[in-house]
Amino acid sequence: MNPLAAILVRDMRIAVRVGGGALMGVLFFLVVVTLTPFAIGPDLALLKRIGPAILWLAALLASLLALDRMFAADHDDGSLDLILMGRAPLELVVAVKGIAHWLTTGLPLVLAAPLIGLFLNLDAPAEAALVLTLLVGTPALTFIGLIGAAIAVTLRRGGLLLAVIVLPLTVPVLIFGVAAANAAVIGPVPFGTPFTILCALTLASLVVGPFAAAAALRQEME
Amino acid sequence: MRLSADDLHCHRGGRDVFAGVSFAVGSGEALIVIGRNGAGKSSLLRGVIGLVRLSQGRLTLEGGDPELTIAEQTHYLGHQDALKPSLSAAENLSFWAGFFDAPSLDIHGALDAVGLASLAGLPAAYLSAGQRRRLSIARLIAVKRPIWLLDEPTSTLDVAAQGRLTGLMQAHLASGGLIMAATHGPIGLAKTQELRLDQASPSLAQDQGDEQEKP
Repeated sequence: MNPLAAILVRDMRIAVRVGGGALMGVLFFLVVVTLTPFAIGPDLALLKRIGPAILWLAALLASLLALDRMFAADHDDGSLDLILMGRAPLELVVAVKGIAHWLTTGLPLVLAAPLIGLFLNLDAPAEAALVLTLLVGTPALTFIGLIGAAIAVTLRRGGLLLAVIVLPLTVPVLIFGVAAANAAVIGPVPFGTPFTILCALTLASLVVGPFAAAAALRQEME
Repeated sequence: MRLSADDLHCHRGGRDVFAGVSFAVGSGEALIVIGRNGAGKSSLLRGVIGLVRLSQGRLTLEGGDPELTIAEQTHYLGHQDALKPSLSAAENLSFWAGFFDAPSLDIHGALDAVGLASLAGLPAAYLSAGQRRRLSIARLIAVKRPIWLLDEPTSTLDVAAQGRLTGLMQAHLASGGLIMAATHGPIGLAKTQELRLDQASPSLAQDQGDEQEKP
């Protein structure tokens, strides 16, 4: 088997097994979004207006949940030592781990979003736009998160530091993700403008994330 | 194939872990690294494969694949077993075989070589310390790499498993591989060199024919 395929299969297998945390993100997402109408009250117009922002915030926090163990688990059990001795470039290994993480935590969020959007009084076109922004934007959250996960790998309570490092970096993704979703719901800005910038942010993070994370891992292993 | 080190120094956390270490190991030879706790045995092994930064010195590998680094031709058996508790023994092993791009995947044969064939489907979480150790040793069998770096390979192994490990090491040496092992106890190999890290300047003692009894 190809080394990168082996990593992908292993990480996805671990994520869906007991204690893997693949479902944890979706459940967290569901809980946060469900709580919002209770907190705000039955004001349908308000819910519709802030709905996309709530869903995006919940997706952002949910995608952080399982991120801190991504490299820390491999570091703690010695797997990272062996991964560094493999013939596959570390940058690609990191990218594949990011893809596996997105497939098991990001993609379920995207799939759950239409259902959860109903709680926030979103109509069909708004939901379609929202799902599209999440589909394009959540990979950026994962790949920016890779950098934080790699920096926090040797720390005991890395999860807290991870949030502090990663959340500020995700601000542009959040702004343009919500702006694109809002443009589709309430206008008057055209959907395409913020959506294109969101796509650009994701493409940039797909390139920068693995290189930065691999550099951080190499630095820490020495 | 010949792995030689010239005047290696390692400086970590404000102190010299070891200094002026030189050795040379050829195909079919084993180098046993001996020293008290904290003498730098593990750091030396990790330094050879670049997991610890060596502050000075030169490592050369003659007769290896020039396209690959030393680490890429080496198996490292460290203190940690690199196993995922939620995956079964066979899944753990086939992951490493896949990751190291083994041309043929003889997972069952490798598990059999360490006596774990009957536990192939059991999650690694349920294995004992010695069984986990044997499962990581199976990795060395499943993927062929000419250099073995073993850090206390016999710890947690029972007498029978130690004997089996000795057999695997002898077979590896006979097929032209080389071994560097850090150990406290006898390792039961016939042709070994010893590298002592205790003294002020570490020295190489040639030791043909192990006087220690086989375990």
